[in-house]
Amino acid sequence: MRKTNIGACNARTTIKIQESTGRKVFRLVNGFVLILLALLCLLPFINIIAISFSEGYYVDANQVTLWPKGFNLSAYQYILTRASFWSSFRTSILRIFLGGAINLCLIILTAYPLSKDNSKLHFRSVYTWYFFITMLIGGGMIPNYLLISKLGLRNTIWALVLPGALPIFNLVLMLNFFRQLPREMEEAALIDGAGHFRTMVQIYVPVSMPAIATITLFCIVNHWNSWFDGMLYITTPSRIPMQTYLRSIIIEMNVADMSADDYELYALLANRTVKCSQIIVATIPILCVYPFLQRYFVSGIVLGSVKG
Amino acid sequence: MADRAIAKPKKHRGITATEIPLHLMLIPGIIVIFIFHYIPLGGLIIAFQRFIPAKGLFGNQRWVGLDNFTYIFSMPNMIGVLRNTVVIAFWKIVLGLVVPITVALMLNELQYTKLKRSVQTIIYFPHFISWVIFGSIIMDMLSPSSGIVNKFLNLLGFPSIYFLGDNRYFQGTIILTDLWKNFGYGTVVYMASITSIDPTLYEASAIDGANRWQQTWHVTLPGMRMIIVLMMVLSLGNVLNAGFDQVYNMYNPVVYETGDIIDTMVYRLGLENAKYGPAAAVSMFKSVVSLLFISTSYYVAIKFFDYRLF
Repeated sequence: MRKTNIGACNARTTIKIQESTGRKVFRLVNGFVLILLALLCLLPFINIIAISFSEGYYVDANQVTLWPKGFNLSAYQYILTRASFWSSFRTSILRIFLGGAINLCLIILTAYPLSKDNSKLHFRSVYTWYFFITMLIGGGMIPNYLLISKLGLRNTIWALVLPGALPIFNLVLMLNFFRQLPREMEEAALIDGAGHFRTMVQIYVPVSMPAIATITLFCIVNHWNSWFDGMLYITTPSRIPMQTYLRSIIIEMNVADMSADDYELYALLANRTVKCSQIIVATIPILCVYPFLQRYFVSGIVLGSVKG
Repeated sequence: MADRAIAKPKKHRGITATEIPLHLMLIPGIIVIFIFHYIPLGGLIIAFQRFIPAKGLFGNQRWVGLDNFTYIFSMPNMIGVLRNTVVIAFWKIVLGLVVPITVALMLNELQYTKLKRSVQTIIYFPHFISWVIFGSIIMDMLSPSSGIVNKFLNLLGFPSIYFLGDNRYFQGTIILTDLWKNFGYGTVVYMASITSIDPTLYEASAIDGANRWQQTWHVTLPGMRMIIVLMMVLSLGNVLNAGFDQVYNMYNPVVYETGDIIDTMVYRLGLENAKYGPAAAVSMFKSVVSLLFISTSYYVAIKFFDYRLF
């Protein structure tokens, strides 16, 4: 895909040998605006990083923009020594592994049969509608909340991983990927005596690694970023996931939850410094997977939205 | 259930034993979806009940007909909430189409591949940050006392604006910050469709004497037509989705007048004030209206653009 694009550029540039002044001005302005847009997405994060490493005094005086002033790590020290931070971190990590594993198993297991033709899987269209309708309509938060309460899942990790165990959007991505694999592969495996399950695990899964990687990353990012279910279903402080915990301290500023010691330490630091360092800590995991995300990401969304 | 039906002999080619594992594989997914999607969907019946939590979902509740619906539509703020939802969602849909398409076309004109890729990489980063985090970054930036935006305004001699605490600015702020977070993601979708345009079309048009503007207008845009119309049609289903995650993290009681949307209202009504019946009635209203829009838009997409999701 990238190759054809470069080809297109070359074709267009080689033919235009002399450029008009208007064209030059356009290119300059165009490049400038795009760089500005990129900066618009980048600078706020740099500002937050700078604040998180700065001395509270300078932050309060509004003197920190893009570079830390009075460099120090006390805000990070403060967060990283708090038990509640670590417990929420643990919950989120557990959620990512457990939730991601469940997502992946269910997605592959469901996508494989649905990728077959109508003639090879009877009632295929019934099944696909059964799954697809849930993308269009849902009960909303009230019945969900009542159901989770009734099942006794509140305050357990299962309340966070089971309701979204089979994300339909990702199922569609996987399904479309399986469908474009050559059919002969499956036929050969079946003739050689492998069952469907074995064909799926030993043939389909290994050749679908790029798609599986994309989907895994989507699932992981999704689990990491979820905050509402944690707020709704988890009330035990030690089991609250990261984003919910951050929400409660950054946006709601729950000073009431703090012990006297905490409060004293907290008052010592500039409010904003602590907030910003928390934002950074929560963003680091996304930054870590981002290079991988973007590698597969384009093919992922193209699969989902363009191909169809 | 399905398996038993298969075992029966049929008119057309019978089902081979090899097909049965395929049906078995679907069972876990079917169960999970049934419990966590279809049961809550059925749970919407509490919209017609005076719901008492102690008796439980599907318990022996008292039926009250359409009482909950009359209750919600007689609420003084209901019309305001509907208007806010539609206005915010409408602008998000429009700008969410126009801006990414424009940026994709602009990126396409960039000749330095490295710069192109860097810009592309940077602009969709915010899409992967949660609204909790992105919302707090925005709140920090827009703060009237210490925010970088207001510092800039002050520098130019303007007074500070309380973007998130003033009804005149709240909706605009919500719409623009959502655009900011998501335009990069949309851009990638359109870029992908631009790269799949046949390069010989550009050569042919250049030989015919087309300049860059004409190429963009007569080659690139027509090449993107399918995806543009498709995205337009599919986004219609979001007409009542103003974005709970964003609004809930960024609003406050001062701006309820312009910022309260259907989803935040359901949340406060149902889970903060324990009025489950009325809250479910609002949810149901939203689901029905959205379903109408979505089915129409999918019908159009399938019928006229040969769009197939599965």
